[in-house]
Amino acid sequence: MSNIFLNINNISKSYGDIQALKDINFSVDEGELFGLIGPDGAGKTTLIRILITMLLPSTGDASINGLDVVKDFKKLRHLIGYMPGTFSLYEDLTVEENLKFFATIFNAKIKDNYHLIKDIYQQIEPFKDRRAGNLSGGMKQKLALSCALIHKPDILFLDEPTTGIDAVSRVELWDMLKKLKEQNLTIIVSTPYMDEAELCDKVAFMQKGEVMEINTPHQIVEDYDTPIYAIKGDSFYNLLLALRKMELTRTAFPFGESIHLTTYEEFNENELNKIICDYSNQKTETKRIKANIEDCFMAKMLKNK
Amino acid sequence: MKAFWAFIKKEYYHIIRDPRSLLILIGMPIVQVILFGFAITNEIVDAKISILDKSKDQLTQEISNKILSTKYFLLSEYLESAKQIEGSFRKGKIKLALVFEENFAEKFNRKERPSIQIITDATDPNTAATLTNYINKILLDYQNEISISTIAPKGIEVITRMEYNPQLKGVYLFVPGTIVIILMLISAMMTSISIAREKEKGTMEVLLVSPLKPFMIIAGKVIPYIALSLINAFTILLLGVFVFGLPIRGDYFLLLFEITLFIITSLSLGIFISTLVKTQQEALLISLMGLMLPTIILSGFIYPIESMPRILQYISHVIPAKWFLIMIRNIMIKGVEISYILKETLILLGMTLVLMVLSVKKFKIRLE
Repeated sequence: MSNIFLNINNISKSYGDIQALKDINFSVDEGELFGLIGPDGAGKTTLIRILITMLLPSTGDASINGLDVVKDFKKLRHLIGYMPGTFSLYEDLTVEENLKFFATIFNAKIKDNYHLIKDIYQQIEPFKDRRAGNLSGGMKQKLALSCALIHKPDILFLDEPTTGIDAVSRVELWDMLKKLKEQNLTIIVSTPYMDEAELCDKVAFMQKGEVMEINTPHQIVEDYDTPIYAIKGDSFYNLLLALRKMELTRTAFPFGESIHLTTYEEFNENELNKIICDYSNQKTETKRIKANIEDCFMAKMLKNK
Repeated sequence: MKAFWAFIKKEYYHIIRDPRSLLILIGMPIVQVILFGFAITNEIVDAKISILDKSKDQLTQEISNKILSTKYFLLSEYLESAKQIEGSFRKGKIKLALVFEENFAEKFNRKERPSIQIITDATDPNTAATLTNYINKILLDYQNEISISTIAPKGIEVITRMEYNPQLKGVYLFVPGTIVIILMLISAMMTSISIAREKEKGTMEVLLVSPLKPFMIIAGKVIPYIALSLINAFTILLLGVFVFGLPIRGDYFLLLFEITLFIITSLSLGIFISTLVKTQQEALLISLMGLMLPTIILSGFIYPIESMPRILQYISHVIPAKWFLIMIRNIMIKGVEISYILKETLILLGMTLVLMVLSVKKFKIRLE
């Protein structure tokens, strides 16, 4: 199959008494779109910063394309593309000046690698004389991505690229990442949004500095074995309170227009609906569903608590 | 090398595109020189005085005229009694009052040494002392004049010569001093702030991930500020020479060399500060409190170092501005050659070297 491009061995990181990362182990194949999924404070940024040679691991080691992130950091800095979580370009430089600057400090020319960023950069090109500080959130993100790609990195790290930008820009960004993947670029992306996990080839679910699970999104959903139902009712909030009081309930979380209920044992849809209907005193609708990736992560998070 | 130029260009844009800071950077030296030049002067002109002449004879009249004919004093009024003196001072009408005793000329002719009382408003002790000195000098001159015409003088004659600055012009003091402060401010403060800004905004992280070498990052930051500092030094010198008539007696190239050296010392200090701080605010505070105040007070710009307590004198040794001030005064006003200021030059060179080594050692190639 494909080659391992990034390899992480028993990496831990602590700041004083606080352990930010505990014994992380996984590998990423060449050309893979790999997602680090987890809530804030899970250790995603710390892990990315160790991989881009910005932080030293307390124990353990990691390598990218055979180069150690500690010993070979100088060589690695030529190969890495990095887009930090906060907008980190020069706001008083124009779009074009930013791009030129970042190309030059990586000893690259814009026209040599223009094909890499063409799709993205074309969208912001009409504003190339505008100062970066005056761009909208989505456009800033596109510029930052262009700047991270302009030197044709072998591996691209994106730290929460979709945090704080609108829904349309989020979709666009993931489309771009898919296109980049086709050019055999290995991409590591972190996100707190669980629904984005489905867009990755493989995800590592992180919580409190630990990796809870690594798998393809498809397999994670397949492995889910708890009975789960979607319930709709007239009074959403009362229904949720009622469900949480019932003895058959394992968990009940609102999810869009319905409530996702997990139970300790399997029920027939109609029987369960009747029980809930009686208990909550309202007209309800119950459907046995297949868990989505968020249900899986919710279950794992609770198990870990 | 191309990357390096791109970096300098970027830094140039940062400076140019912040018009408010730029205005301060270029305007401040001019304003400071003009302020120091016109507002801060030790010379007192047209001080108002009152005279209480109890004798009203020819001699007291002559002395009074002598004093009032100088540019230093203006007559407020002739008083009639000693009681009025207190009132005049309280109302703030006068800075000084002269009292001639009764029968002044008679006593003088009988060689009885008549007395003149000088009363000054010492709420501002400097002004009071200066005015008293002026009066003493005028009286002494007058005494000499009349004693020559009568009898041969006795005693010791003191001949003072104020070498290099015979008119005791303040401009000789403040132009070098202003250069020191401005260069320190721009070089040390601006570089430390601009490096701290990259840290604060997160752009430093992106720069560090790039293959750019730390030395390049620092040098790229510093070079535009060397240019800016040199421009400012020239502005101040030009103002000093053409507006205030300050001489530059020494070698221009030596002066340029020492100014550049001091700029580099200040820049290394700024870089060193930036390695210690994380935010622009910290950088500003440390530069202002840690650099500006000691530079102004302990460099010998305003207060002579020799009159400070021993401990402060020792501290002043580590202040680069002190050594630079000695050199620049020597070059401009005394016109000395490099051999006379070799020690100071070497001290500054040494300081620069130490600061640079420390900065490179402390510069983080990672985020921790």
